[in-house]
Amino acid sequence: MSTVTPNANAASSEAIRQVPDAQGRFGQFGGRYVPETLTRALEELTQEYAKAKQDPDFQAELNELLHRFVGRPSPLYHAARLSKQLGGAQIWLKREDLNHTGAHKINNTLGQALLTLRMKKTRVIAETGAGQHGVASATACAHFGLPCVVYMGAEDVRRQKPNVFSMRLMGAEVRPVESGSRTLRDAVNEAMRDWMSSVEHTHYIIGSVIGPHPFPMMVRDFQSVIGRECREQCLSSFGKLPDTIVACVGGGSNAAGMFYPFVEDRSVRMVGVEAGGRGAAPGDHASPLTYGFPGVLHGSYSYVMQDEDGQTSDVHSMSAGLDYPGVGPEHSYWKDASRVEYTSCRDDEALGAFDFLARNEGILTALETCHAVAKATEIAKTMSPDQHLVICLSGRGDKDAAELARLRGQEW
Amino acid sequence: MTAIDDLFSRLKASGKKALMPFITAGDPNLPFTAKVLSRLQELGCSMAEVGIPYSDPIADGPVIQASYTRALANKVKLDHIFHQIADTKRSLSMPLVSMVSYAIIHRHGPARYIEAAKDAGFSGAIVPDLLVEESAQFAKLCREHDFNLVQLVTPTTPQDRALKIAEQSSGFLYFVSVTGITGERTQLPDGLVDRVGWLRERTKLPICIGFGISKPEHVRLLSPVCDGLIVGSAIVRCLEKANESEANAIASASELVSSLLAALDS
Repeated sequence: MSTVTPNANAASSEAIRQVPDAQGRFGQFGGRYVPETLTRALEELTQEYAKAKQDPDFQAELNELLHRFVGRPSPLYHAARLSKQLGGAQIWLKREDLNHTGAHKINNTLGQALLTLRMKKTRVIAETGAGQHGVASATACAHFGLPCVVYMGAEDVRRQKPNVFSMRLMGAEVRPVESGSRTLRDAVNEAMRDWMSSVEHTHYIIGSVIGPHPFPMMVRDFQSVIGRECREQCLSSFGKLPDTIVACVGGGSNAAGMFYPFVEDRSVRMVGVEAGGRGAAPGDHASPLTYGFPGVLHGSYSYVMQDEDGQTSDVHSMSAGLDYPGVGPEHSYWKDASRVEYTSCRDDEALGAFDFLARNEGILTALETCHAVAKATEIAKTMSPDQHLVICLSGRGDKDAAELARLRGQEW
Repeated sequence: MTAIDDLFSRLKASGKKALMPFITAGDPNLPFTAKVLSRLQELGCSMAEVGIPYSDPIADGPVIQASYTRALANKVKLDHIFHQIADTKRSLSMPLVSMVSYAIIHRHGPARYIEAAKDAGFSGAIVPDLLVEESAQFAKLCREHDFNLVQLVTPTTPQDRALKIAEQSSGFLYFVSVTGITGERTQLPDGLVDRVGWLRERTKLPICIGFGISKPEHVRLLSPVCDGLIVGSAIVRCLEKANESEANAIASASELVSSLLAALDS
């Protein structure tokens, strides 16, 4: 695990929430690096989203769905036994795993499905890594009666079978992607190619805070319900803001949604945890914020794992949802502004955290989320029992049971 | 004035149109790329587009994607490509334009990319993921280096935006025929000729049409309304078995190019 260093030269708190600008820039990051074919659809989406954001009917419809269909607000749960075990800060879990479909992804897909209807588009495509976004897209589409095609790397189809089955049960077509590394990055490529041809009638529900403007901003906004609720719940549960918040970062949507409502609260330390995989060597991890450089991938300018020629590097994580060479541009901005600390956690440490939470709290946690749990338990130990640490418990672990058995050589 | 500007003014003076094949640099190796370029010139192509292999080409269909994958699997690097092109260009008079992702240009540094590409003998670049809004800085560098930045217009581009793109483009304007990715099409979309014609009347910049073009009848249909035609996947497909027999691959590409050139002259 690499070391977490305290915030150094913090950017001014007034400015840090006022992003992106009209061009979709978070400081120097973000923007739009896509073929001209997609421009008109991105403009249309930008305008429709701006209108929807101001429309009380849209907000009311979305909030109603989040409440009655998803089950929000998700609880902020005090993991008392875990906290006592570690002997440090009080640990609180923001239970996004208790949402309908088992992860935070549904917050975004319902918002974008509503926009799809507003734009009078008749078909939805999505990419997925761990399958949680695919399931959440399939769910939203089944709810609204929209046809849905989900692109998923063939390797991820293998390691996240339960989600593949769920998607199909809800009527979505899952298309395994055999090109490249057969993971999330290749699924994004194929979804983009589909969109190049189908853009006039299809909406592409991107599942993370990545891609061309307005996706990073829009997905962050839809996911910000996590941080807004969490803020209120902290105040009502322990009468103040948390001292530390920890979330895992692949593309970074649960982290962005959790962090964004707190970025102006300078007293709150925020830590994003990337996939450290097998170690620090190139190809062994998926930690662009920790080891990468700014570059262009999938439509935006952000930290990315590339070789010296600008070719995207192969990355590794045992968790399909974090196995991605890029990251959302706002995370790059927060990193460079020293507002959020980014670190990474290896596969074996995340596996340890899975067991720790399972046995001490009775919660099976998604392998992605386990990266945040591992780092958080380490940080909590350095804090005092009168301090509070929140973990964004972004997803549940049932989907990983078979893969866990395989990784451990056990029978399933 | 670049070699591309010069080419189109000569073609215009003689009432001729350009055929511009696309090939992938380093598919399957750079010496083969050099041989193909020489052959294309012998056959009578006016210029060629050289694709710089990229790991994540979202505008490309399966044929060009696969060619990039083959080239990258053989570890072709940008420096090697420039080195080979510089060597080949000594015996080539036709202009070359590179097709390259902004991911690659950014990684090398925009000025460094332009200088190295120009030194190698490229007259310009087509950057399919650099929209006109994001291109101001790079376009300025290109102008300062007398290097063409070819911009693209597509069927989803609104008319006012197409005019703005035409103003910002240099060398020629790349008119994408279809809403979609690269790859041969049996039929081109209705209204294509009219849309190109509309723009033709409103810009002095040469217009070249690409995506989907693979047959002599496409060439016959489109050449009256444009200044050049770009053929990519159809040629890359002819070359994809070069590993088995270079001679057969070149013969098959030559046959296709000859048929397209004949249609251009008819």
